[in-house]
Amino acid sequence: MILGLDPLYVGDFMGDLLVTLLKVVVAFVFLLISVMLMVWFERKLISDMQNRIGPSIAGPWGILQTLADGIKLFFKEDLVPDNADRFAFKLAPYLSLVPAFLVFAVVPLGGDFNGDDGDGVVTMFGHDTFLQVADPPMGILFFLAMSSIAIYGVMLAGWGSGSKYPLLGSVRASAQMVSYEAALGLAIAAVVLQTGSLSTHDMVLDQAAPGFSLGAFGIPNWNIIVTGFVPFVVFLIAGTAELNRPPFDLVEAEQELVGGFHTEYSSIRFALFFLAEFMNTITMSAVIVTLFLGGPAGPALFLPEGWWIGTVWFFLKLFIFLFMFVWFRATLPRFRYDQLMDLGWKLLIPLSLAWFIMLAGLRVGDSENWSTTKTYAFVLGFMAFCGLMATLLTAAINTARSERIKAMEDANG
Amino acid sequence: MSDYLRSYLTVGIFGLVGVALVGVFLGLGRILRPDHPNLAKNEAYESGVEPTGDMWSQANIRYYVFALLFVMFDVEAVFIFPWAARLEAYEVFGLIEMAIFIFILLLGLIYAWRKGVLKWV
Repeated sequence: MILGLDPLYVGDFMGDLLVTLLKVVVAFVFLLISVMLMVWFERKLISDMQNRIGPSIAGPWGILQTLADGIKLFFKEDLVPDNADRFAFKLAPYLSLVPAFLVFAVVPLGGDFNGDDGDGVVTMFGHDTFLQVADPPMGILFFLAMSSIAIYGVMLAGWGSGSKYPLLGSVRASAQMVSYEAALGLAIAAVVLQTGSLSTHDMVLDQAAPGFSLGAFGIPNWNIIVTGFVPFVVFLIAGTAELNRPPFDLVEAEQELVGGFHTEYSSIRFALFFLAEFMNTITMSAVIVTLFLGGPAGPALFLPEGWWIGTVWFFLKLFIFLFMFVWFRATLPRFRYDQLMDLGWKLLIPLSLAWFIMLAGLRVGDSENWSTTKTYAFVLGFMAFCGLMATLLTAAINTARSERIKAMEDANG
Repeated sequence: MSDYLRSYLTVGIFGLVGVALVGVFLGLGRILRPDHPNLAKNEAYESGVEPTGDMWSQANIRYYVFALLFVMFDVEAVFIFPWAARLEAYEVFGLIEMAIFIFILLLGLIYAWRKGVLKWV
């Protein structure tokens, strides 16, 4: 499509390469700096919520504290336990950090999506391009694939350490992450249904389109509203679990497992896991914004029109989720492991599956031109059916349980 | 170079830079840090007491069952994503087919539930 717009583009290999390299470098610098600020932001915000001061010495308001910690970690001795599987032990930080970087490649960071011709194309040194590192056709599947690879990092770190706490932590982590990945994928499927494309750029374009208007107010066409909140909530919960952030941080529950999978890591290797964790928080927030909140799409309001409006909107939305993740950590107590598994398998997966089928029905009804009555009848009928099924299942479980308890009481007199 | 290939190539370059960056971090650390290993330092950490027994202890079989269940839902996703992206092409027929497919999978989940696999002791 873009190739058609600019005939010079095909032949100009060097310019092509330069734009790509520029985007890659900018993305990396952005990620590293934002991780540095995110660590500081989390510590500062948490200490505000806990009525303490937090980092305050290094730089203004302690903003350079992360840098100081990072430099310190470079000078620390690196220990590899004698029991460790040395290859797996050294491979694990790569598998943790590189996927965390890579997810960011498919996130649209800006561009002008307003008006009829707003297709997010930005001109950079005479080249038309999107403000995202790459827009592969399978975009959002790439995100799922990378979060699966990150599980290997955690698993190998725990197994390769040759120590008990890391092993327990990593086994827990992988079971938790695969459980929630199913719900994560189903929530994404609901968005794909709405967009009809797997590309992240198409998703933003779809959400930038004018939505339903309610009198004077135009409701944005964002997927959080269009898909009916449930996929968004499921994605947010599953995403938090995928990140191993509180309240789902059983992986590194200090009281039980010391440091979890990275107990045996020290020096810069430990810093790399830490970096990956915060980078994942940032990319997960960016993916939530892209999938459900329209990414860089947003009205210009009173600002002058330009490509950078998208970027401003993107960062505003990103910031809300970063704040939310810190807020979760300060507010919510940790789940118990059985509660965690129950929530994932018995609530999130059936709920997102049922919601997915309902959305698919609505979409098909849309293209078949069902009447309003028929659509409402379908939605109500489907919800009644699911509610009935859930009630029957709960009743069956409760009956079985009370019978078991009764049998046990009879046996014990 | 086609648009299609270029986007994958960019992702490839991005990945390579990522690997290189991790390599540079580790290399820099190797130059800067001291290195005085001894027996006590390189022992596995067990809250300060001397480690006992085999370090690769057996893990609960339940984790394995969850991994199997996950494979089921992951394969499901393989079918769901292409269908979701081309929903209009199959209309009502596709919807009913997919509903039956998902219902069978849900039955599988309920079966596992009934068998007590999902219960964490």
